[in-house]
Amino acid sequence: MTFMYIGKDFTPPDAQGKITGQARYAEDFRKEGMVFARLLTSPVPSGMVRNIDASEALRMDGVVGILTADDLPAAPRPGVPALSNELTYVGQPILALVAISEQIAENALERIKLDIERRPFVVDPLVSLTAGGPDAYPEGNVMSRTADGMALKSLKWAPQSVEAFRNGRDPGDVEYTTEWSYGELDAAFAECSVIVEEPFVTAGYPHHSLEPRTCMSYWENGRCYFHGSLQSQSAANAPLARMLGIELKDLCFINETTGGGFGSRIGPYPFMAITGYLSRNLNRPVQVRITREEEFSIGSARSGMQGWIKAGLKPDGKVAAVDVIIVNDGGASGSGSGSASAGAISVVYQPTAMRFRGVSVFTNTTPRGAQRGPGQNEMHAILEPIMDKAANQLGMDRLAFRRLNAPDNSAKVEANQGPVTSAYMREAIDMGSELFDWPAKINQPRRNGSKVIGVGVGMAYHGAGNNGFDGIVRIGPDGKIYLHTGVGNLGTYSYAATVRAAAEVLQCRWENCEIVRGNSDLGLPHSSGQGGSNTIFTHTRSNWVAAQDAVTKLKEIAAAELGGTVEDYSIGEERVFKTATPAQGLTYAEAAQRAITLGGRYSGAEYPDDINELTALAVQRIAGSGLVGVAKDNLEKNGTAPGLAIGFAEVEIDLDTGKYDILDYLGVAECGTVVHPKGLSHGMNGGGVWGMGMAGFERHVYDPQNGLPANVGLYQSKPPTFLDLPVTMRNAAVNIADPQSPVGARGIGEPAMGCAAAAVTSALADALGGHLFNRTPVTPDMIIDHVAQNTYNNKSLKTNTF
Amino acid sequence: MPSHDVMPDIELYQPVQVEDALALATRLADRGWLLGGGQDTYGWLKDRAKVPEAMIDLNGIESLRGIRETADGVEIGALTTLTELINNPLIKERYSLLASAAERVASPQIRNVGTVAGNVAQDVRCWYYRRGLSCYRAGGNLCYADTPEGMNREHAIFGASRCVAVTPSDTAPALVALEASMVIRSESGERVVAAEDFFIGPNVDIRHTTVLRPGEILTSVRLPATWANATFYFEKVADRNAWDFALVSIAAAMRESGGVIQDARFVAGAVQCTPRRLLDVESAVRGQPRGEATAQTLGTLASQGAQPLNHNGFKLHLVDSLAKRALLG
Repeated sequence: MTFMYIGKDFTPPDAQGKITGQARYAEDFRKEGMVFARLLTSPVPSGMVRNIDASEALRMDGVVGILTADDLPAAPRPGVPALSNELTYVGQPILALVAISEQIAENALERIKLDIERRPFVVDPLVSLTAGGPDAYPEGNVMSRTADGMALKSLKWAPQSVEAFRNGRDPGDVEYTTEWSYGELDAAFAECSVIVEEPFVTAGYPHHSLEPRTCMSYWENGRCYFHGSLQSQSAANAPLARMLGIELKDLCFINETTGGGFGSRIGPYPFMAITGYLSRNLNRPVQVRITREEEFSIGSARSGMQGWIKAGLKPDGKVAAVDVIIVNDGGASGSGSGSASAGAISVVYQPTAMRFRGVSVFTNTTPRGAQRGPGQNEMHAILEPIMDKAANQLGMDRLAFRRLNAPDNSAKVEANQGPVTSAYMREAIDMGSELFDWPAKINQPRRNGSKVIGVGVGMAYHGAGNNGFDGIVRIGPDGKIYLHTGVGNLGTYSYAATVRAAAEVLQCRWENCEIVRGNSDLGLPHSSGQGGSNTIFTHTRSNWVAAQDAVTKLKEIAAAELGGTVEDYSIGEERVFKTATPAQGLTYAEAAQRAITLGGRYSGAEYPDDINELTALAVQRIAGSGLVGVAKDNLEKNGTAPGLAIGFAEVEIDLDTGKYDILDYLGVAECGTVVHPKGLSHGMNGGGVWGMGMAGFERHVYDPQNGLPANVGLYQSKPPTFLDLPVTMRNAAVNIADPQSPVGARGIGEPAMGCAAAAVTSALADALGGHLFNRTPVTPDMIIDHVAQNTYNNKSLKTNTF
Repeated sequence: MPSHDVMPDIELYQPVQVEDALALATRLADRGWLLGGGQDTYGWLKDRAKVPEAMIDLNGIESLRGIRETADGVEIGALTTLTELINNPLIKERYSLLASAAERVASPQIRNVGTVAGNVAQDVRCWYYRRGLSCYRAGGNLCYADTPEGMNREHAIFGASRCVAVTPSDTAPALVALEASMVIRSESGERVVAAEDFFIGPNVDIRHTTVLRPGEILTSVRLPATWANATFYFEKVADRNAWDFALVSIAAAMRESGGVIQDARFVAGAVQCTPRRLLDVESAVRGQPRGEATAQTLGTLASQGAQPLNHNGFKLHLVDSLAKRALLG
């Protein structure tokens, strides 16, 4: 299909504001009479607040008041309450203090005296799982299903089972909380000529969104005006309204720009409740801005893994069987991604049989949540060097091995082995092999003095498309096309890329379009949470159907006025006209004016029954202002829309120093039709940078002695810098349309990171003669210890090493 | 646990004469805080981990700036920024070792405001200490890093004495290698201390990393002609190539004549609380040609006597490797 806009570069309208500083984040908004709240957080990893003495703080000039957990509705346990007297991690909010300035608020926090009863704590899941080990909560360390729902319980493994697990063996007869399997595992292993069995550890780490999250709210005439910072403009409106105890119509959510989310800002985060309650109680605008350090603890984090994998290859190289166990570090929220990790293996290698057993263990560390490719990306980083080992044992080229097993249109996905909408991984591998020149890279001389070259390849997957959301387009009597979107401006420019699907349908000039976004009172449709690479697939569809609805209405209006039937009409150059006699027609502006006059479904006075409540409210707001196209995405979707990518990396390790340079990097996206080439390129590179951070730099470190986090600042957490990356990063895309997207597009955000992380860990293992660290990140000390055969650092699946 | 990103209330003095600054420093003593580029200062103060009553901003004192040629070398004003140091023709031409070291400090933005004096006088970066825990260095009675479970990957392999923090300065090893002198003024006069003696370990004074005392100001650094235009080598190994502190660094100055090394100074950073002279290495290379054969003879001389902690055994290999690489150039 030839498109006007899909596949073409454009400049998103907010790009200039991002460069000049004119873009407005939640923190930039002020309101007369506004006061500022700051949080007092837990200094201990586990305990109970017995008394709060704020008397001295409250006597200070400029202090307005405090809010404690006792002032909020009781929060479910275990969970991530906005404020809490029960403390389960360092940095957990205990109270909010309000003052007329941030400085006064910060100074006043110093004057508050807390009486805290300490409890035992744990920062390493395996320590908690070991019989006799501490639990993060008094009632236990895992969630378990009971007759009354899910509840905490204490799950323990025998010390010898934990020891077996630490040493790379199946722990035997132990209890898990999540299990799935498909195929005949034992039979499949029996067919294998190569079986590899390895333990592994990955570190969790925080999101480091550039914008420390901020909320500001005020109330007028019973409505709450709420400035926040979420990944999606619309997805969290309903839960935020519930959090505030108001009806959806009484919430105006404003979110023009978000400084990164990466999974940590999908739903309304708990301290949004603080802002809303304080502003209502005080009847003043209240801003709550957290610090960079608080973003580390409040902003959530990726879950770490401690695991074991056994994979078998048949003599022809086909992956026959995979057995994997994952213990997730769930932090104070207990959230783990083990099942997703295992599911990713099922997609990229299509094993005939597979089993996953897992448990997510609560620890007294920062709450865990989604982070770019949660589960999948860290699994790929671990998996690929292990699969390299298996391919090498079989004497098979590593790329040929992957090509043999790669997912295609007949691929099956995860535990239920459902279908894919389409998959062209083999084409991605071939494209990458040629662009990267794989044969030449792997056959080059490897050793030069203390330097040694390694070449790696990494595949990655994430489900990348959803359906069932709504779209709204409006044609104004001024002739302009108003593209209403509930997609948030979280830094990817997908809000702009997706509405181009509507412009495509309406065949209108892009410069005549105006994107309406960032404020729910502007009439914005319900949208997805924009987690997990979903936006491009999901919202090109919802924009497409809304625009189709508008086109239908244009033709109906024209037919009613000029005669004939809808089938007699076409659109083009912002006119609807008789196909046979193009001079007979209406401009979009004229048709919009007719729509206003006609009312009903043409003007938005009426709307479909199946749209979301938020979309219905949005249509009510804009009704009568033009021709309103509004629809729910009821297009066919059968199967998982996969985001797939393959990364290629060439590294040079200096064996003297343990440092390595990434000499070359190529990422190839398999994401259907490319919607926005520059956007894709930036996404592949940006994801690639983060993947390199996962492979070599970033990690949580908690001190097991006192539960304190060691790296709460950017310089301590070490995301890679410009000088730690390849001089050039290359990317490409297969660009074959997915049949279940009207524009052919699927998402790619998550795999862009995972394939880079995996390519680098694969290359490091290759450089070191196949040595497997089975750990992320791989840092210089680990490489030196391997080279020097040091015995100092026996870390045996321990987390939190530093 | 309050978390801060707003500076606390603090008295601010902005003298324009060094004499006035010295008077203030004397009068305020422990209650005052000297401000140069602020790259160490602002973190401490923002976090309220240090709570001085007053800040003495030295940036208005012009006499503390600039790089001057002297009869016996070069004198560097204390407030000279690291960027100015890197770009200075005299430094680049004669003491490129120092320029190379300064170029590896943090990031361009930090080097643009960070000063020579601040880089050498900055406090240790042990995260336990920075977090405000009551460790030995902070006046308490234990070390959190030197325990079986301590997070001590970045800590000392030499010279532990209750505290196991290391020197974080990139320029300090270079200054020791170049036999720099530190000019210290107080109201009672001026004293000049060899760089090697300027830095002190916890065995000498666990609360301070230099000999500077309340009332004193480091006003300049002097580089003698002794090592001008010598053969130099600097290398810093850190996790990241920017905005990071060294895991281990090395600064070496060598005088070659007749195909052999006549004299040499090898100094390692980040292996103990002070820049560490590698005296055995220096002895071993004197009289030897610079190159692979001599490098191989060094073996594990650089790490002899090291006492690694649980997570920093890799530093032994690293300091040995860097000593050899200094010989190879």
